[in-house]
Amino acid sequence: MTLTLRVWRQKDPSVKGGIVTYELADISPDMSFLEMLDVLNEQLILGGDDPVAFDHDCREGICGMCGVMINGQAHGPEQTTTCQLHMRSFKDGDTITIEPWRASAFPVIKDLAVDRRAFDRIIQAGGYISAPTGTAPEAHSVPVPKKDADAAFDAATCIGCGACVAACPNASSMLFTAAKVTHLGLMPQGQPERDDRVVNMVAQQDREGFGGCTNIGECSASCPKGISMETISRLNHDLLGALRAGVRPKS
Amino acid sequence: MPLDLFNVGDPIADTKAPMDVPIAERWSSRRFRARLVNPANRRKMTVIVVGTGLAGGSAAATLGEAGYKVKSFWYQDSPRRAHSVAAQGGINAAKNYRNDGDSVHRLFYDTVKGGDFRSRENNVHRLAEVSTNIIDQCVAQGVPFAREYGGLLDNRSFGGAQVSRTFYARGQTGQQLLYGAYQALERQIAAGNVEQHARTEMLDLIVVDGRARGIVARDLVTGEISTHFADAVVLATGGYGNVFYLSTNAKGSNTTAIWRAHKRGAYFANPCYTQIHPTCIPVSGDYQSKLTLMSESLRNDGRVWVPKERGDTRDPREIPEDERDYYLERIYPSFGNLVPRDIASRQAKNVCDEGRGVGPNGLGVYLDFADAIQRLGLSAVEAKYGNLFDMYNRITGENAYETPMRIYPAVHYTMGGLWVDYDLQSTIPGMFVIGEANFSDHGANRLGASALMQGLADGYFVLPNTINDYLADGPFEKVDESHPAAAEALQGVQDQVQKLLSINGTRTPASFHRELGKLMWDLCGMERSEESLRKALDRIPEIRQEFWSNVKVSGDWSSFNPTLEHAGRVADFIELAELMCIDALHRAESCGGHFRAESQTPEGEALRDDENFAYVAAWEWTPESAPPVLHREALEYEYVHLAQRSYK
Repeated sequence: MTLTLRVWRQKDPSVKGGIVTYELADISPDMSFLEMLDVLNEQLILGGDDPVAFDHDCREGICGMCGVMINGQAHGPEQTTTCQLHMRSFKDGDTITIEPWRASAFPVIKDLAVDRRAFDRIIQAGGYISAPTGTAPEAHSVPVPKKDADAAFDAATCIGCGACVAACPNASSMLFTAAKVTHLGLMPQGQPERDDRVVNMVAQQDREGFGGCTNIGECSASCPKGISMETISRLNHDLLGALRAGVRPKS
Repeated sequence: MPLDLFNVGDPIADTKAPMDVPIAERWSSRRFRARLVNPANRRKMTVIVVGTGLAGGSAAATLGEAGYKVKSFWYQDSPRRAHSVAAQGGINAAKNYRNDGDSVHRLFYDTVKGGDFRSRENNVHRLAEVSTNIIDQCVAQGVPFAREYGGLLDNRSFGGAQVSRTFYARGQTGQQLLYGAYQALERQIAAGNVEQHARTEMLDLIVVDGRARGIVARDLVTGEISTHFADAVVLATGGYGNVFYLSTNAKGSNTTAIWRAHKRGAYFANPCYTQIHPTCIPVSGDYQSKLTLMSESLRNDGRVWVPKERGDTRDPREIPEDERDYYLERIYPSFGNLVPRDIASRQAKNVCDEGRGVGPNGLGVYLDFADAIQRLGLSAVEAKYGNLFDMYNRITGENAYETPMRIYPAVHYTMGGLWVDYDLQSTIPGMFVIGEANFSDHGANRLGASALMQGLADGYFVLPNTINDYLADGPFEKVDESHPAAAEALQGVQDQVQKLLSINGTRTPASFHRELGKLMWDLCGMERSEESLRKALDRIPEIRQEFWSNVKVSGDWSSFNPTLEHAGRVADFIELAELMCIDALHRAESCGGHFRAESQTPEGEALRDDENFAYVAAWEWTPESAPPVLHREALEYEYVHLAQRSYK
């Protein structure tokens, strides 16, 4: 395959970026999207140019490190991560536009790599169950109904890639936060901190500068793990309940 | 063995496991005898933890909870990215919830046997003991394990065991366990007990007066190289499978932290023990950047076969039953498709070498679910393995519900690593090594679902108990960047970075990495021989020399520069590769994942030589011109008797 790539290049956050066009030949349809970028980068390095910086690690769709906008879609045309997207999804002669996630809470580091530490801070605000090592009771002392465990698992598969934020016209992180609130809220072990968790995580996502959720659904449609919008309903349910009960975020 | 390749030094021994009590009491005895640090004093001491996978994440969180000041380092943007996240199948624990005869002793026995009698009995027994605590801990954190309709935990079987002791969360067990540790770690960061260093890579160890006192690290965003100090350093930086370039490891997984610590005096144990996993998606082209594992749990229901005839290119569905060779079931009737990984991999290689391999290049075997789908129904198979079938479809474009998967072995895990004693302390006082980065528990072959168990055992339960005994002598005298040892380490790292940028040759770091990887796979892979290893040892120094005179690294040091990071890692892989080949050459026996062509039984199984090789090979680094020094740690088996492994 021969392709024309239009790639966002930005040396660092302090300078203005722009689209640069590259021509690429001899691309196999069995290559992954990132392997195609590897080919481009090898050429750039040998030509003495700066290779395109992009984040990636496991390349099997589970670490959540990769993610770019491909022709305006988060992770591209298939519902999967960028690393699991293969070139057979494109046609010979295609022009592909590649940009970083766009959200003020995800500042660009360089080219296609962005800073997603805001997600970690949302987890820090309450995305856990306080169970210091050694304090745990016997695992079978608390049975968990299978349907709750399965639904919790479905929500817990979120890989924190940020596609939901990138796809959302409001750059909202609601699906990310809701996935964790749902996972922990469905487990009996998560009940004691349930109210505080939702209130504090939502307060933190506001502080990070993510937009509000207006139930558009682009997040779920672009989520490589198919996290459902139902998690957002659960979050809103838990949030209202907690606020009515007088729970307020930690300052 | 010719002395030009290595020298032999004094034997080495673990002195920490209390041998005066029976094996089942040794861990509790060690915990009782190890000195404690009172909570007020813990606040005065700092521990650096490098890496945030299952071992590093759980250790950093637990040490933070215990009251130590922890500094945590990782090279990705978030601790949640560590490659433990990719573990699929499950985690073993001797709960005996199935009432199928499991026990701590059986898990201990299976693990020693599975490791082909090249692991330490004391460490393995402890691992089996704490396995049950791990499940309790993870359930308390809210890890959504698979459950039965009654709400209790489900189990599945895994290779190398005849009991069902593997706990799992669909095909994403590593992810869910890692998130448990990650959330515990984030809780400690929020509480101010753990200081975070994201996108920061350790590039050297600082040793002051014989004690590990800090690290030199590079901020991968700003490029700044700086020193960090502590009373103890914990390395949890994973394995070195990427020395083969193509492996199931993450692209960033590397040996740099442990290799540079090795060059500061930590012995490297059994570097040649690498695990080749039998069920991975076959290589499809030269551009390939990584290999993807299909969980071993698939062997519970999938049947492995190849055509009986060579060069049979028919569609697998058209090959009648009596023209198929279900070779694992044929050769190993009692374990069948569930033989340990090293055996399954080698048999796949054998049938492909005979010309009966399948797929475009003949390097593949079928993993067939037709029987399982007929027996259990499509939806049951989908519920159990759906995400794996989806992943297979995405990568190969084939539907494994309709046609058998094609699989082939790939490098997956390294049993070797830095030598540690029972306390998980390396030969450098104050430097502890946990998880895959150490060598301790798996011998010459790791059983499935045991890596997660070991990582979490080390991080949650072992290290936080043993490190106190060392820190009881602290806090140690304050050191800072003005100390000559720190200044020297910092300067060394800066010089190396400048050197890499200044060569400006004609080959990229990736091209060297690919060449090294192919050489290691061909000559030091699934099967090694004296001839192949000598060939590798002739070639590796040439690659090293060419690397240091012809690599091209673009960009500068003072910005985000992934090519520069890669170049430094490749430089270390080249040095490690040489030690791996020396270790593989000196061990003139076959054991577990280390298969020497010269040492096999008449049936082609690995033939150990217990008389000469029942030891851990711990290698001491020496400056470039001198060969490494071998220190032997004798392995003694009091409880599991040495025997030829049999899974027939």
